Amino acid sequence: MNKLQKLLVESKSLNRKLLSIFLTAGFPNPQTFDKVLLDTAAYADIIELGVPFSDPVADGPTIQYSSQKAIEKGVSLHDVLSMLKNFRKKSSVPVVIMSYSNPVYRYGVERFFREASSAGLDGIILPDVPYEERCPYISAARKYEISYIPIVSLTTSLNRAVDISGTSTGFVYVTAVTGVTGVRKSVSRTLPCFLKDLKSRSNKPIFVGFGISSREHIIGLKNFCDGFIVGSAVIEVIRRGKNISKFLENLRSGL
Amino acid sequence: MVPDKNGYFGGFGGKFMPETLMFAVQTLERVYHKFIQDKEFRKELNFYLNTYAGRPTPLYFAPNLSKKLKIKIYLKREDLCHTGSHKINNALGQILLAKKIGKRRIIAETGAGQHGVAVATVSALFGMKCAIYMGTEDIKRQRLNVYRMKLLGAEVVPVESGTRTLKDAINEALRDWVTNVQTTHYLLGSCLGPHPYPVMVRDFQSVIGREAKTQFLKIERKLPDYLVACVGGGSNAIGLFSPFYLDKSVRFVGVEAGGCGLNTGFHSATLEKGKPGILHGTKSYVLQDKKGQILSTHSVSAGLDYPGAGPEHSFYKDTGRAVYVSVTDKEALEGFRTLSETEGIIPALESSHAVAYLKKIPKHKTVIVCLSGRGDKDMEQAVKYIKINE
Ligand SMILES: Cc1ncc(COP(=O)(O)O)c(C=O)c1O
Repeated sequence: MNKLQKLLVESKSLNRKLLSIFLTAGFPNPQTFDKVLLDTAAYADIIELGVPFSDPVADGPTIQYSSQKAIEKGVSLHDVLSMLKNFRKKSSVPVVIMSYSNPVYRYGVERFFREASSAGLDGIILPDVPYEERCPYISAARKYEISYIPIVSLTTSLNRAVDISGTSTGFVYVTAVTGVTGVRKSVSRTLPCFLKDLKSRSNKPIFVGFGISSREHIIGLKNFCDGFIVGSAVIEVIRRGKNISKFLENLRSGL
Repeated sequence: MVPDKNGYFGGFGGKFMPETLMFAVQTLERVYHKFIQDKEFRKELNFYLNTYAGRPTPLYFAPNLSKKLKIKIYLKREDLCHTGSHKINNALGQILLAKKIGKRRIIAETGAGQHGVAVATVSALFGMKCAIYMGTEDIKRQRLNVYRMKLLGAEVVPVESGTRTLKDAINEALRDWVTNVQTTHYLLGSCLGPHPYPVMVRDFQSVIGREAKTQFLKIERKLPDYLVACVGGGSNAIGLFSPFYLDKSVRFVGVEAGGCGLNTGFHSATLEKGKPGILHGTKSYVLQDKKGQILSTHSVSAGLDYPGAGPEHSFYKDTGRAVYVSVTDKEALEGFRTLSETEGIIPALESSHAVAYLKKIPKHKTVIVCLSGRGDKDMEQAVKYIKINE
């Protein structure tokens, strides 16, 4: 079992909700990113490292911006693995990578999973790889004991959602809105119902992300899932140069 | 060529899309398979192609240019289609499918504005709401088409992100689709994107090649030696090529935009200079750097200014069924002028790339060139680049 899988098992028995924080790797800049990671790790149960990509079609303006800035500073998938390696010297908080498929494909799927595993990666999320395209990625993830984390959307039929959840070797990522990433005032009203239905047919831990931006969102949904992923809201805090510890502490208080 | 059930042509294709869009992609796939062979649907589509879009388009023997280049040149006159390019063939096909699915809103990307105009046109015809995404760089160089789209009642949404051209317009259209997928059909304009788009767009455009084949056989009583077409995403080219796929004696030449030259970094020669990758939902050749970031492209013609190419073209390239070459901006502008002067036909800057390549075809061969569009939209650009002695 990898660190993520252990954490998921432990918190299930304690009935504890988990917080995963998304950071664009190398934002606001590669030199200070180590510190951002460590500051985040003090409050996050899981860290999600976003690999910057030139054409992030599933992302709203905030993550488009942070990705663009990171690319301008030269951050590549290789650098993201180095950041992870450094982080692993100081922290054992589970880390998952979120990457569009092209950087991974170009790097070489097998090579990526091999090197990521030795750098200490625990999970992988590929937002543009649906169920139909999963095979090469799942088998490499399995081989290197990296959890495969598939995405389920509100537009996914229940039967398909159950099939998709079956491919997870970590948690299942459910998107809280129909749309791109970004801070939202409220999430979809149909979400609690959707989560209940999925829970009744799948025993995999369910995390909710996309649009989750505040303590209130977390409180409103925590009876329906096992964890939350917060991204754009954190990136906004970093972008404005504000204190992330305070923001994360507030989020945590909702769990 | 039929892709496998997952939408792959050999190693190229597939559906690399966010999960939110997968139900729409699957619905489209189902509806496409149901109707593409359906007699009634075909009849309806043909009705609009013939009475509205002006099909069949002529296959015109170009005597003066033929004499000049010592080859026998036939032009497939897609420039005579309603709205001025081949894009209307696909727009009509897809909007009829969108109606069957029950969508009320249409979105699309556009580079040269020709696809945008075609989509705005069919949206007006069928009373659908329509939004067209267009990079601000392209809005500047294709102003006339922006006005046309607005006149037709479409909303033109300027795209400021990334390189502000076609690639970024597709990104924004996809983001709109992910948000409004319940009500909206994405009317993609080339043989790109997740399955079934590449094969569907190919099928709607293959009317070009089917007509051309019948017309050519009737006149020449044999098959042509060469087919030549420009390649942006590749829809006019695949439309011309695919009905000749099994006619092994017919050579396919796809002409990409060489921009300032292939060694300058300022070009859009995806199939020559790209590497396999995943962009906008499909695995195909992509212009990208070592890190897997998509490169910015350049072409004098907005419609060819794109860092990807359709998966079926990628397959044609790897199997050697087609060759892909490029001509520079300068050569394309020469082609633009030559066709105007010799035949009295002003081609689109995109199509001018195919025309410009003709001088490289061996003597005495017979050629069908896809004249994918007319040059009216390019007058402002022409004034800028081509000095005419008064
Ligand atoms: C006249 C014309 N030809 C060709 C193209 C390129 O598209 P494709 O390669 O899909 O035919 C365009 C695109 O805008 C166009 O307007």
